[in-house]
Amino acid sequence: MADVTFTVDGKKLTAPAGTLLIDACKSAGIEIPAFCYYPGLSLQAACRMCVVRLEKVPKLQTACTTPVAEGMVVQTETPEIVQARKATLQLLLGNHPLDCPVCDAGGECELQDMTFKYGAAESFYAEPKNHREEQKWSPVVYFDRPRCILCYRCVRMCGEGMDVFALGIQNRGSSSVIAPNVPADLTPDHLAHVDCEQCGMCIDACPVGALTSGTYRYKTRPWEMNHVATTCTHCGDGCKTTLGVRSTSDGSEIVRGDNRDKSGINGDFLCNKGRYAFDFANNDDRITQPLVRQSNGEFKPVSWEEAFDYVGKRLRELRDTRGGKSIGVIGGNRLTNEEAYLLQKFARTVVGTNNIDHHRTADYVSFAQALAGQTNRTASLRDTLTAPAILLVGGDPTNQAPGTAWNIRTNVRNNRARLYVVNSAEIKLRRQAKAFVRLAPFGYGALAGYLAGDNAAGSSAVTDVNALSTFRDTVKAEENLLILIGSELRGAELKKLIEFGLSIPGAKFALLADYANSRGAADMGLLPDMLPGYTPVSSSNTFAEYNAPAEAGLDMLEIFDAAGRGELSALYVVGSNPVARYSVDPAALKDTFVVVQEMFLTETAALADVILPAANLYEKSGSVTNSYGDLQQVKKAGDRAGVRTDFEMIVRIADKMGADMRKLVPFGKGLRADMGQSRGAQSGEADRHAIWLTANNLEPKLSPFDPYAILDEIQRLVPGYNVLRLQLLSGNDQHLQPAASGLVQIGNRRDLVLPANDTLFTSGTLGRYSAMLNDVQQYQANQPLIQIQAAD
Amino acid sequence: MSEVANTIFSPELAARFDHLVTIYPMRRSALVPMLLYAQDEVGYVSDAVVTEIAQRIGLLELDVRNVLSYYSMLRTKPAGKYNVQVCTNISCMLRGGYEILDHCKAKLGIGHKEVTKDGVFSLEEVECIGACCWAPAMQVNYDFHDNLTTIKVDEIIETYRAGQGKDVK
Repeated sequence: MADVTFTVDGKKLTAPAGTLLIDACKSAGIEIPAFCYYPGLSLQAACRMCVVRLEKVPKLQTACTTPVAEGMVVQTETPEIVQARKATLQLLLGNHPLDCPVCDAGGECELQDMTFKYGAAESFYAEPKNHREEQKWSPVVYFDRPRCILCYRCVRMCGEGMDVFALGIQNRGSSSVIAPNVPADLTPDHLAHVDCEQCGMCIDACPVGALTSGTYRYKTRPWEMNHVATTCTHCGDGCKTTLGVRSTSDGSEIVRGDNRDKSGINGDFLCNKGRYAFDFANNDDRITQPLVRQSNGEFKPVSWEEAFDYVGKRLRELRDTRGGKSIGVIGGNRLTNEEAYLLQKFARTVVGTNNIDHHRTADYVSFAQALAGQTNRTASLRDTLTAPAILLVGGDPTNQAPGTAWNIRTNVRNNRARLYVVNSAEIKLRRQAKAFVRLAPFGYGALAGYLAGDNAAGSSAVTDVNALSTFRDTVKAEENLLILIGSELRGAELKKLIEFGLSIPGAKFALLADYANSRGAADMGLLPDMLPGYTPVSSSNTFAEYNAPAEAGLDMLEIFDAAGRGELSALYVVGSNPVARYSVDPAALKDTFVVVQEMFLTETAALADVILPAANLYEKSGSVTNSYGDLQQVKKAGDRAGVRTDFEMIVRIADKMGADMRKLVPFGKGLRADMGQSRGAQSGEADRHAIWLTANNLEPKLSPFDPYAILDEIQRLVPGYNVLRLQLLSGNDQHLQPAASGLVQIGNRRDLVLPANDTLFTSGTLGRYSAMLNDVQQYQANQPLIQIQAAD
Repeated sequence: MSEVANTIFSPELAARFDHLVTIYPMRRSALVPMLLYAQDEVGYVSDAVVTEIAQRIGLLELDVRNVLSYYSMLRTKPAGKYNVQVCTNISCMLRGGYEILDHCKAKLGIGHKEVTKDGVFSLEEVECIGACCWAPAMQVNYDFHDNLTTIKVDEIIETYRAGQGKDVK
């Protein structure tokens, strides 16, 4: 678009033609107030707050619906305009209850700000206010009719933004009311309810306190919390969530989650889980003392020192008597990158085993290998918002990666992106799709073959091969296509699909996984046959100095098979619940020494000999990588007395096993640090690390419990993890592109991918212990689910 | 044959609706006439009517309810057999519309938007019904009565009670 020049308040401004005046002024630092305007949603012009004076136009005009034009002359703050806005506020305040002292929005309320600015506090309106009782629309959405200023933001947010259309406006004039989609006379309790994705975006969009959150209502005030921006622990999108934290007698409690400054990778969006499902952290069932199983089979709380002593001693004994190969280590999908890296390093160098695995929710190894040697072929989550064309093969972002779905919808709505969907189920995103191909069940392999050019495979993928052929041609003609792949595609099929995509110029790929750090766990080498950065175990000498085993270890299933045969002396599980996830027979572990680091008494923890109470992702610092490969910071928000981070516990156990801490975590400085001097210059890891630190202007870290010490090592040793520190520490996301070196291709490895199949209201173990998610599940179970298609 | 299986409407009305959605540039333009015709046949806009109309036009039920709640002529509860609608807009008001309304209230023993116990009469205070030249006026179902006096109103009500009144639908 050509630029136009116009004048606002005497300033000459330029903006692309078609820009709305309100946006153009905002970019120039001139604030025009508005209640109903919301960038990216349709225009409403309902609130009349943004009125401005245009030269040669008789009446005041709304800046939110006026596109800038050449030579336009605008006044935004004259006495006349101030008076008009003040009058608007007086009308709004005519029926708005002045319950700011208890209203959740108090302090974060746009109406308050405007009243403060324009001073319409005295009202000429003598009639009594029209009061209505507040309504509970769902466990998480409450509605206070009298506070509503009818800006329609929530209606548009729900309809256009979320494609749910659960809210509407009913009645007329001053008795208009926002109405949810399940009217009172159709419900057993005769109250109106909302049947929707329960994302809370309407609450976020509400400029006042009309829509409030069930988990935060009347709990505290915004200024009484510390706000910590961190990365959500639930799905693989890695949205930024801001946690409101308050001190309590035993730590600090998370009282609110929301998308406060909208500065994250997720833009405006936050889903139900990111917004409300922090409450697992405050669950009373959390284990807060180390527990050791006694000879009578009961757990006894012991001191930390005793627990670490016991675990260290036993693991050391078992390693020395039965060999490191008899020990298995299982990591979690919600550990930070630093913890995952440390855990595999601990397993490989201290325990001396490659029997290490995690719950794989997507086949990142094949993904990395298929993209070996390519650059700029992996997509960031940000690309889903800007790509001109998107091909979605498998997966169901609406339920499993809501942030991705939001971005795709927004991209289709605002940029007219072309979306192509291929799925064996009728997923909701097909409503935005330009073309939707319904696959036969398990037809993904055949589809990948067909796209890659095997015409014979078409008939086993779909019924109408001609349509698929047209579809293939259409997709092939797209430049800069973004190919989003669900976890249904694995191994050779995934490689075939990527092969097809690589023939399209500018195509980028992303593989969608579940959980906050499944991608990080794979990147960091929580795998029996891969070191960090998808380096095959057999072809690397990264850990050679520590005499790490050079052949691939046992994977998740083999570990439990070995346990069943009595060949597994010990199992160390960090933040994972494999017993439930893989339906392991509890009897298999009867002769195994099991150590579990966990928040709750899960099925796995119940079989443990030692349970160490762990902190969750909201209670630790570090970095996580979302399923696209965007690295982001995690900041400690909540705290709970009696739990420790997995990082600290791994370090302490290694210490009790008699390992050399300086080799496990590169830390220390000054006289007492061994930076390789004792082994001569240029002779060891410690030395190389010191040189690298110096070269990168980084200081040695002073504590073995500092995750950044490990981040230094990750950055130095893991291919693709060339992290920009400043980006990370500023809370920004950065896209990383780890790909296999391509030197060694591994043929027949088992991918062992087991998608979590979490829906909008489940989240693995955390979901089971989140009171809110359970409430919402129960609530939605009684709703007709007009909009949501339950995940198959 | 209607496009909707198990329609709750009479075959004629169903056929009319099938046609109605085809004659507008946008399907949802047929919404208001459909609601009105459905109300005339069923007596009020029931939940079943909302469901079927939403299905016919391809809207959410919520959309239908949004529009339905906007118009005061559309009812969501049954009216009496004879719905007495007294105009109280400016012309009628100046010529005694409110007296007529109060008289009806006293005579029938019901208030605005209420139905007598026997279900024969319901009463509504309505906006202008376009009979300003003959104010004050009222409408019983779709039949007009104008130049009203309280005596005239009594006669009209008695006629209807006796089942003699014109019941224009």
